[in-house]
Amino acid sequence: MTAATTPPGVHPATEPTLFERSRPGRGSARQPQAVDVDATLADLPPSLRRSRLPVLPEVAEPTLMRHFVRLSQRNHSIDSGFYPLGSCTMKYNPKVHDEIAALPAFARMHPLAPASAWQGLLELLLELQHAIAELAGLPEVTLSPAAGAHGEFTGLLLMRAWHRERVARGEVDAEPMHVLVPDTAHGTNPATVRMAGLRTHSIPTDERGGMDLDAVREACATLDIAGLMLTNPNTLGLLDEHILDIAEVVHGAGGLLYYDGANLNAIMGRTRPGDMGFDIVHVNVHKTLSTPHGGGGPGAGPVAVAQRLAHLLPRPRIVRAADGTVELDRDPAGSIGPVSRHLGNVGVLVRAWAYVVTHGRDGLRRSSELAVVNANYLLELVRDVLPPAFDRRCMHEFVVSGATVRRDSGVRALDIAKRLMDHGVHPPTMYFPLVVEEALMIEPTETETRETLDEFAAALRAVVEEAQADPATLHAAPLTTVVRRLDEARSVREPRLVAREVAADITPADAD
Amino acid sequence: MTQGSYPDDRRYHEAHDWAQLDGDVATFGVTWHAQHALGDIVYYAPPELGSTLRAGEPYGELESVKAVSDIIAPLGGEVLEVNEGIVGSPEQVNADPNGSWLVRVRVGDPAEFERLLDSTAYQALI
Repeated sequence: MTAATTPPGVHPATEPTLFERSRPGRGSARQPQAVDVDATLADLPPSLRRSRLPVLPEVAEPTLMRHFVRLSQRNHSIDSGFYPLGSCTMKYNPKVHDEIAALPAFARMHPLAPASAWQGLLELLLELQHAIAELAGLPEVTLSPAAGAHGEFTGLLLMRAWHRERVARGEVDAEPMHVLVPDTAHGTNPATVRMAGLRTHSIPTDERGGMDLDAVREACATLDIAGLMLTNPNTLGLLDEHILDIAEVVHGAGGLLYYDGANLNAIMGRTRPGDMGFDIVHVNVHKTLSTPHGGGGPGAGPVAVAQRLAHLLPRPRIVRAADGTVELDRDPAGSIGPVSRHLGNVGVLVRAWAYVVTHGRDGLRRSSELAVVNANYLLELVRDVLPPAFDRRCMHEFVVSGATVRRDSGVRALDIAKRLMDHGVHPPTMYFPLVVEEALMIEPTETETRETLDEFAAALRAVVEEAQADPATLHAAPLTTVVRRLDEARSVREPRLVAREVAADITPADAD
Repeated sequence: MTQGSYPDDRRYHEAHDWAQLDGDVATFGVTWHAQHALGDIVYYAPPELGSTLRAGEPYGELESVKAVSDIIAPLGGEVLEVNEGIVGSPEQVNADPNGSWLVRVRVGDPAEFERLLDSTAYQALI
């Protein structure tokens, strides 16, 4: 990290597409001579043969390599710099996990092969299920959901199915429809509630940063409660001090407790959602167990449940057969049905398994402890210039408020975040949770060194100092990045997409 | 930061909108409380001219750095005019919520106006 001076201007304004670089006859690959393309084509019925060649760029390998390397340099990644994006847990992903996932026995296994042909991989997935069950404190696990939010949705479908069974057994008259969600919740929580056909009831935050217990009691006394969704530690980076009371109240009202595993990385090996009273847990493997972050996928959001919900889990289920082998239980009886094709994103699950076995029980606990220690260390380095929103010992992340800075200088949390980019740092999460004025949410993760944390704290302090001395620079920041301050709302709502002319040389020609 | 003001020259809807009425033409905006809760506003998505608004239902969106929020019509009617100045500079809503009108509407039933909250009743609500 270096302090910003003048724009270096090293980035070309645009990077041409590979189509613009294409020249006929250039190429990076040759077909093996052993393959007789014409003979192979001759066996294909005419209806399955394409009549025109696909439009593909023809470029030399150095052109190709430089294109993608340059594109990667135009972005910020955990491999190129510190990434304290609160709530997103941008921990470094060890490269050995990618190597393991790429082993042919894992990467090339066909999901429709008989179970006897991939016992090794199934054994691995069963081990991962056991590890997740142990971390969650709940015995039964599905690996099928393809993302954290997909895990949430699966969890809420399980919640509804549970209540419908109670209705069918005559234990309750009608299916309860309300799910309690704190006002600090991730946006996915209320969105998932709606997608599952249920209704959100928002619970305010108390003065200690937890759920207002009286509001939970009142809601449980007056509403039909399907359950509660909570991240714990919550999005303020604080453990809810009333969780055992909350669990008792919600269970007393007939509801289930859903644990949003977004912050499970803070408590591994120290405490477990199941021990707090939660019935359903999803795990963001990209946060808790170090797999690549999505951008839409592929991802995985395994779900763990209490024994009494196990029969509802999606099929197929990976189970140990009587003869000791691992098999897939496809019997749909009682299940909410499949939530993904086959077993989910197995390549991601292999990486999660690799993280578990390379750390071991003690290593996972140490990982959570370091995440918490790093966050508290960083908070102590910056709290005098950016005070915490709730002044308690934080867990793996913390939320500071830039309200005083804004009052004194007119500089907003947005400006501070943008200026940090000039110091080579990804901005923290801004304006979340919504209950904190000028919020900056900072999560260093366990994978960063003390030196990195010191450098970041120094950068943050320099930016806050600059806010007083030179607010205009902060309003204009970032000044050294590929693109400068963007109108983020308009770029999404009114995108200006410009098509450039593609060379006539690569217009598709008839193959015949 | 300045305190909120809720002038008596208009009426208020519980969804944090204000309306002024001149004959059968009403002007809508959002209250100081609304813009303060939203935070810095970065986008105004207005309704189409000539479209019909229903009282109590969304007619447009305000996007802030925190979230996207529906804007609720305090009265029903037909959109006569959109404040293009706010479309171009949505941050004006933060700077002057009471002066930043969003749409002008020919209202179906001007008597509905009397059923909206006055300044005192709205301030009691927030």
